[in-house]
Amino acid sequence: MLFSLHFSPPPVIAPLPFKPLSHVPHHHHHTLNMLPSTHVLKPPLCSTMEHFTLNHHGKGGEEEEEEVDQTLPLGLRREAMPRHVAVIMDGNRRWARSRDLPVRSGYEAGARSLRTIVELCCKWGIKVLSVFAFSSDNWFRPKVEVELLMSLFERGMQEDTGIFLRENIRVSVIGDLAKLPEALQELILNLEETTKNNTHFQLIVAVSYSGQYDVVQACQRLALKAKHGLVEPGDIDASLIEQELETYCSEFPHPDLLIRTSGEFRISNFMLWQLAYTELFFAQSLWPDFGEAEFLKALLAFQQRRRRYGG
Amino acid sequence: MERVTGRLIQMYGNIVNFLRKCVFYILSVGPIPNHIAFIMDGNRRYSKRLNLMQGAGHKVGYSALMSMLKYCYELGVRYVTIYAFSIDNFKRSPEEVQSLMDLMLDKIEELLREESIVNRYGIRVYFSGNLKLLNEPVRLAAERVMLATAKNSKAVLSICVAYTSTNEIVHAVRESCEEKCDEIALLNSSGGYEPDESDHLIKVTDIEKHMYMAFAPDPDIIIRTSGETRLSNFLLWQSANCYLYSPSVLWPEIGFRQFLWAILNFQRTQFYLDKKRKQL
Repeated sequence: MLFSLHFSPPPVIAPLPFKPLSHVPHHHHHTLNMLPSTHVLKPPLCSTMEHFTLNHHGKGGEEEEEEVDQTLPLGLRREAMPRHVAVIMDGNRRWARSRDLPVRSGYEAGARSLRTIVELCCKWGIKVLSVFAFSSDNWFRPKVEVELLMSLFERGMQEDTGIFLRENIRVSVIGDLAKLPEALQELILNLEETTKNNTHFQLIVAVSYSGQYDVVQACQRLALKAKHGLVEPGDIDASLIEQELETYCSEFPHPDLLIRTSGEFRISNFMLWQLAYTELFFAQSLWPDFGEAEFLKALLAFQQRRRRYGG
Repeated sequence: MERVTGRLIQMYGNIVNFLRKCVFYILSVGPIPNHIAFIMDGNRRYSKRLNLMQGAGHKVGYSALMSMLKYCYELGVRYVTIYAFSIDNFKRSPEEVQSLMDLMLDKIEELLREESIVNRYGIRVYFSGNLKLLNEPVRLAAERVMLATAKNSKAVLSICVAYTSTNEIVHAVRESCEEKCDEIALLNSSGGYEPDESDHLIKVTDIEKHMYMAFAPDPDIIIRTSGETRLSNFLLWQSANCYLYSPSVLWPEIGFRQFLWAILNFQRTQFYLDKKRKQL
């Protein structure tokens, strides 16, 4: 994460009225819009957005105690915001190639894009953002490129620790960390430890990760427990597996929305179990070009979707 | 007069078939997917939109399915998987679940008939899922079909009933753990067990061989109709590198155009996929 985050003071966010459950799907109740009627307009879906602060029109005596609702772009409904958004940040190399720049520039531009999205998530009340930074499959890329990525991660983590602390962001890194250079592993552990009590927002970075790896490691841990008699193989069920998955570190382990950039229509082995009911959104633009406008488009599309969970 | 009309219709049908075969011949110049999976979404919305009786949408959906299967097997796709009934669908109203079960029983028994599609194309049928959750008539019919088609080898049709991917993974994990525990117990009793051997760690292959879908390779394309873009707990494990296509037509409306589009897009991205497979 090679970026410096500049945040406005974090807004007060009213807790969303949902209880996080493991694999039991939550039902998005699209409640009547309690906000002033100016908010209930059809989204313009263009790059200019009108931001305005919404105030509750409470009774006179209560006004001092009322919270100022956070700034949300026109068309987005607070109660229907996804709690956990996952992103496959694809297209950095293509972006660089299309501009005749070295690959490094592509990744650096990608990091800047990530900064923007993290900032927006914090502002718009999304609680968790997972990013697919480095897949298990990416180890097969040229050594030079892998080393470049590792050094970018290291630098990003070192430079931004202060910001994570200041903005109350918890950082969790998931994946097969044993494959990473030792210095990076140590950095990650320190960063996780330092930010573990932060509560405003969680950034999950998937490094050396794949969905299949996650299920296999969960299975291995269960097998170990079975070997030591802590659990009967016959008792293994979805919630036991859920507890061993690396995303268990999050209050909301299942993404509500997955965004993949660069126009590829596939999941590429990211979080398979957790994506069971996730709404998928495929954006055409390359990751470094994915900014506020595109993110808004994805969120608006998400809010139009009817999630039935098989019922 | 009626004979002439009948002849004309037959001629028209033959021309359409011929043209389709020409298109498939041209497509075969490029890579052909080995395995296509369908999430047949939109039957109820179709019923509602056309003001049909409840359940009628699913019947029309069945004919759409037969057409799709015909296209797949004509093109040379060896494996086709369909998401017929999810474990989550048991949450629907009892009447709807019963009518779906009745339709399934009816159609499963049709597969056993001489002139059915499975005999025409030499298809082996599998029912993937937690079949214990089905009522007895459906389960028995499914087992009969699996037995009757066991010798067919030209193509495979996998019907996912009482299926969810998480259920499949739990089942596979459970079996893998049991297998490992038995293995360790056996070695223990024969004195050959070394506590630190990493051979006793569960691997991807151990889990994969216990999946309900272990008989088939990973799908190349997953097509979900009605414009919804989510997997709904279908083939999560197997869809890691698969092309996801979500046309906005409802399932009963799906036709040759959407099929062709899916194949063309698959061919366009196949170069990237092949490169990935060589790396792994």
